[in-house]
Amino acid sequence: MTSILTNLFDGVAYGMLLFVLACGLAVTLGLMNFVNLAHGAFAMAGGYVCMVLVNRMGWPFFAALPLAFVSAAAIGIVLERLLYRHLYARSHLDQVLFTIGLTFMSVAAVDYIQGSSRVFINLPAALQGQFDVFGVGIGRYRLMIIVICGLLTIGLQMVLAKTRFGSRLRAAVDDPRAASGLGINVPQVFAFTFAFGCGLAGLGGALSAEILGLDPYFPLKFMIYFLIVVTVGGSSSITGPFLASLLLGIGDVAGKYYVPKMGPFVIYTMMIVILIWRPNGLFGRTAAR
Amino acid sequence: MNASSDVGYHAQRQARWHYGEAAFWLVVLACGFLFPTRYLIMTDILRLALFAMSLDLILGYAGIVSLGHAAFFGVGAYAAGLLALHGIINEPVLALIAAGLAAMVLGFATSFLVIRGVDLTRLMVTLGIALLLEALAERFSNITGGTDGLQGIEMQPILGEIPFDMFGKAGFFYSLAVLFVLFLLARRIVHSPFGLSLRAIKNNPLRAAAIGIPVNRRLIAICTLAAFYAGIAGALFTQTTAIASLDVFAFDRSADLMLVLVIGGTGYLYGGLVGAVIFRILQEVFSTITPQYWQFWIGLVLVVIVLVGRKRLHRWVLYVPNLIIKQVVGRKAAVAVPESDA
Repeated sequence: MTSILTNLFDGVAYGMLLFVLACGLAVTLGLMNFVNLAHGAFAMAGGYVCMVLVNRMGWPFFAALPLAFVSAAAIGIVLERLLYRHLYARSHLDQVLFTIGLTFMSVAAVDYIQGSSRVFINLPAALQGQFDVFGVGIGRYRLMIIVICGLLTIGLQMVLAKTRFGSRLRAAVDDPRAASGLGINVPQVFAFTFAFGCGLAGLGGALSAEILGLDPYFPLKFMIYFLIVVTVGGSSSITGPFLASLLLGIGDVAGKYYVPKMGPFVIYTMMIVILIWRPNGLFGRTAAR
Repeated sequence: MNASSDVGYHAQRQARWHYGEAAFWLVVLACGFLFPTRYLIMTDILRLALFAMSLDLILGYAGIVSLGHAAFFGVGAYAAGLLALHGIINEPVLALIAAGLAAMVLGFATSFLVIRGVDLTRLMVTLGIALLLEALAERFSNITGGTDGLQGIEMQPILGEIPFDMFGKAGFFYSLAVLFVLFLLARRIVHSPFGLSLRAIKNNPLRAAAIGIPVNRRLIAICTLAAFYAGIAGALFTQTTAIASLDVFAFDRSADLMLVLVIGGTGYLYGGLVGAVIFRILQEVFSTITPQYWQFWIGLVLVVIVLVGRKRLHRWVLYVPNLIIKQVVGRKAAVAVPESDA
């Protein structure tokens, strides 16, 4: 019984992490119908920035996290203005090729700068180890992830639902043409959201170094996970990807624990079945227009 | 001349063999005699060309974007390897066909998943299938040899006559023969009414359905055929290198394949062949400059190609040949820009 609860807890932490990593992608896909396979590269960038700050320059972990966010967002906005925006109107094939190219470049570049081995971020002692609550083992680090990601999710939901920017964004997702007709600057909304999504990915990358492992192949290894979250969750709301992330996280952890021999088999099968059953995602209205 | 005979006339004109095509194949054959020390890399190029042709069939003609074409390649590779290892079918040509058929069965089964949904869902499903197979191959390592791969494969002589030699000469001409035969078949298919209907589907599935083309059945058929081609390419890989390992399913293989086809251009069958040559040369050049980081430059090539635009790029490449043809022959350029891509 307790092992089930521990697994559930780990799965939720994992799922929340995936959500922070992937929710930027959901917006990119939903708003501009842009297939960005290079999303993981931004996460990796954030992770490496955090690693360098903490390990090499001795910054405290919690001070380095916001910087991981900022640096990934900065890279995101530069690339969006320079490259991405030329490709919104192009075919999906072009977008896929372009972003695969970017992914390859990022993998080789990080390999060149930081070496190909897995890196670890030195965690403060307060985050290490675990404690028991009624016999259920709770990892401190995972608890912190759940807290941070939970707060972020609530914050995002509030921003989307309550603020003026949120309603602009929702309008733009629903119908970009009508939205721009109403005077909403859709490209600007998009550029900002893209940068924010990249920043979240960077933060997620920094947080995930401990759990998912951080090496130059991160963008390739986890590309499929991000895409699963988005395609299964749909991109019309934030709750869809959130629930999909939780499902994926719990499914993956449980799959690896209870049927370790089947490895990643469980998720891929789950994904294919869901996509056949509902091609537009579990919660999505339009996964892609 | 009424409209339907007009269409037929153009289709027939396009289907006719040009001098350029004959010259192309003669050059390929001549390479076999001109560079006797380079058989291994040339065989590699031929395999890649066949694999790319398979992707061209579904991407260039039917407009299906696939990120998991390595799945069929891998099934073909393992099928050929297992058949040879356990001595079930010893004769390479028969084993090749059997491996192709194995991939074809998979292609048929998965085509039902692929025809559902839009581009993104297709991407995901194809990618998912390749990853699933890779996980399966790793799981059943007692059959597939796991990460070590199938080892100790010994190939019997081709047709019981020609043994594989260590310089890869037999392998090269064998691959070339297979490629040529399959190319002829593909050429026949894409110029048939079936092939024309595929192009109609690619341009607009809704309209294609409205003029009476059974869209889903056609897509299933071409996916199955493309899987057969990819399976043969995989089997050739195993037979000429005598090894099959997990990386036949790798994502990099599918991604590289896209690049090959993009370099060569889609929708005219030669794209894969030309692209394979250029891709291998690029890879050689990059890996001599920076052995560990050649992927960076490959990525850069992809980014640049997309940013410049594939159509524009092909126009630039064909500018000089067309100019020469114009000057020499004095008629309108014969080498056309390949059809626009998916």
